[in-house]
Amino acid sequence: MKRRWWVPYAFLALPLTMYVIWVIIPIFQTFVFSFTDWDGVSPTYHFIGFENYKEIFSDPYFMLSLKNNIKWLLAFVLLSVPAGLGVAILLDQKFPGGKVYKTMMYLPMTLSFVVIGQIWSWILEPKYGALNTFLRTIGLSNLAKPWLSDPGVVTYALIAAASWRQIAYAMVLFLAGLKNVPRDLVEAAYVDGANSWQRFWYVILPLLRPAMVIAITVSVIDSLRAFDIVYVLTRGGPFYSSSVLANYMYIQSFHNYRMGFGASIAVVQFLITFGFILLYLLNVFKREEKF
Amino acid sequence: MKRRIMKGTIFYVLSTILVITWMLPFFIAFFTSLKSMDEIMIGKGWWYPPKAWKWDNYKTAWVDANMKRYFLNSFIITVPSVLGALFVSSLSAFALSWYEFRLNKPILMIFVGGMLIPFQMLLIPVYRFSVNTGLYDTYLGVILFHIAFQTGFCTFFLRNFMLTIPKSLFEAAKIDGAGDFMIYRKIIMPLVVPALAALGILEFTWIWNDYLWSLVLIQSDRIKPVTLGLANLQGQWITSWNIIAAASILAALVPIFVFLVFQRYFIEGLTMGSVKE
Repeated sequence: MKRRWWVPYAFLALPLTMYVIWVIIPIFQTFVFSFTDWDGVSPTYHFIGFENYKEIFSDPYFMLSLKNNIKWLLAFVLLSVPAGLGVAILLDQKFPGGKVYKTMMYLPMTLSFVVIGQIWSWILEPKYGALNTFLRTIGLSNLAKPWLSDPGVVTYALIAAASWRQIAYAMVLFLAGLKNVPRDLVEAAYVDGANSWQRFWYVILPLLRPAMVIAITVSVIDSLRAFDIVYVLTRGGPFYSSSVLANYMYIQSFHNYRMGFGASIAVVQFLITFGFILLYLLNVFKREEKF
Repeated sequence: MKRRIMKGTIFYVLSTILVITWMLPFFIAFFTSLKSMDEIMIGKGWWYPPKAWKWDNYKTAWVDANMKRYFLNSFIITVPSVLGALFVSSLSAFALSWYEFRLNKPILMIFVGGMLIPFQMLLIPVYRFSVNTGLYDTYLGVILFHIAFQTGFCTFFLRNFMLTIPKSLFEAAKIDGAGDFMIYRKIIMPLVVPALAALGILEFTWIWNDYLWSLVLIQSDRIKPVTLGLANLQGQWITSWNIIAAASILAALVPIFVFLVFQRYFIEGLTMGSVKE
């Protein structure tokens, strides 16, 4: 039977057109805008070469945002991922009520960051907020802080709120990974006299490698994407102390009408993420070879 | 035996404490939503149940704070976006999983690469495109964007699922003289229903919870979705924590309900999309 070469293209026509209009072309346009002084309103703009990029690297608020992003990244990878793993291991056994427990642990994952932000805004509120009230009640009033307006702690407060969701996400990935760990293998190790730590370290953890790679990749990408919760809770304030790149880019572009400058921030962030995207793509397409 | 019981008890105590701590923010929100502002401002402590359960707060949030309208808008935006994304990406997934042609891998790479790009790279041009085409501040503008944006992930997801369908089925249908579109509609689509369900649940939650794109593409109050409406309450209702708490719980109800009912699909979708080996 004669194969008609255009058939797959006919199926691809609609999806690819939409994707090119709303995703692919914009990526290139952002590169172009990053070399202009466009203000987002005027019909015209001028090319100003690398001026925006020069400005970025002498901009203290950009550097501050970058530093905060690194804090997010480290916290997500070094705290949320292990915490998610710990909870997954704890709950990965059959016990009455186990399903309900797991469901409750999952719940934060289904919420939007706006809801999470609202809930945490009155946990962290200085005067009547849940955290400070609790600290004062148990006699630790010296630890009570204005969590969202103290530049020294605000980023950590935001990370804590976001981790509520991130840990649940990591847990889902690890619980799925644990399904692929054969029970008999763990039991065999038990019979051979391995204690629970050894069983975890030498048997379970190596088998969780694929889940671990995914959990870390997802956490890195999510930490660099952080926006909603920062914008809802602090707008990056006070004085940019809790700003992250996504937030700074948004504020510059849509509050200060400096879209050219905003575009150059986006490009820098893209370049930072690019390594991870490449890593992910290589991972995916290495597997493809097997088909 | 005794040791086992000990271990079991310790495990139960530990996991129960964990789960209760984990759920605390929900309890705090729930209790707050049912108190009067006077009761909150006494500062007696959030762990006390409300003295008088003020269910009226929910009515205030629903009617006066306009959550009613935002809810409707969220449905108007989310439902067509999810259905559209599923349909559009089922076409591309079909093409990329069943046909061998030279541009197959490069096109797949474009879909997958695009889904990982930081959203900031799209923000300014998409905003500009919307303004220039008159799609800015319309339902259609947001819906079309969601469909296009989610096509990357959905294509990748559905394609991986379609690859697990035996090739022989496809060949047999071809020999029987079925046209390409017929094979897509009558053979492949019915077989991918479970994947569509998992993906649909996931996409529903994501699009329902979207904040950023509505922030960029919508201006008028009358078409704002729940997330945007809720964030705006901070301004007008800033001193009414109880109302904001009630509104937050209302906004959370839909995704939580969807999750509880379709939990299996949700988890499956999330893990299929990522851990798939």
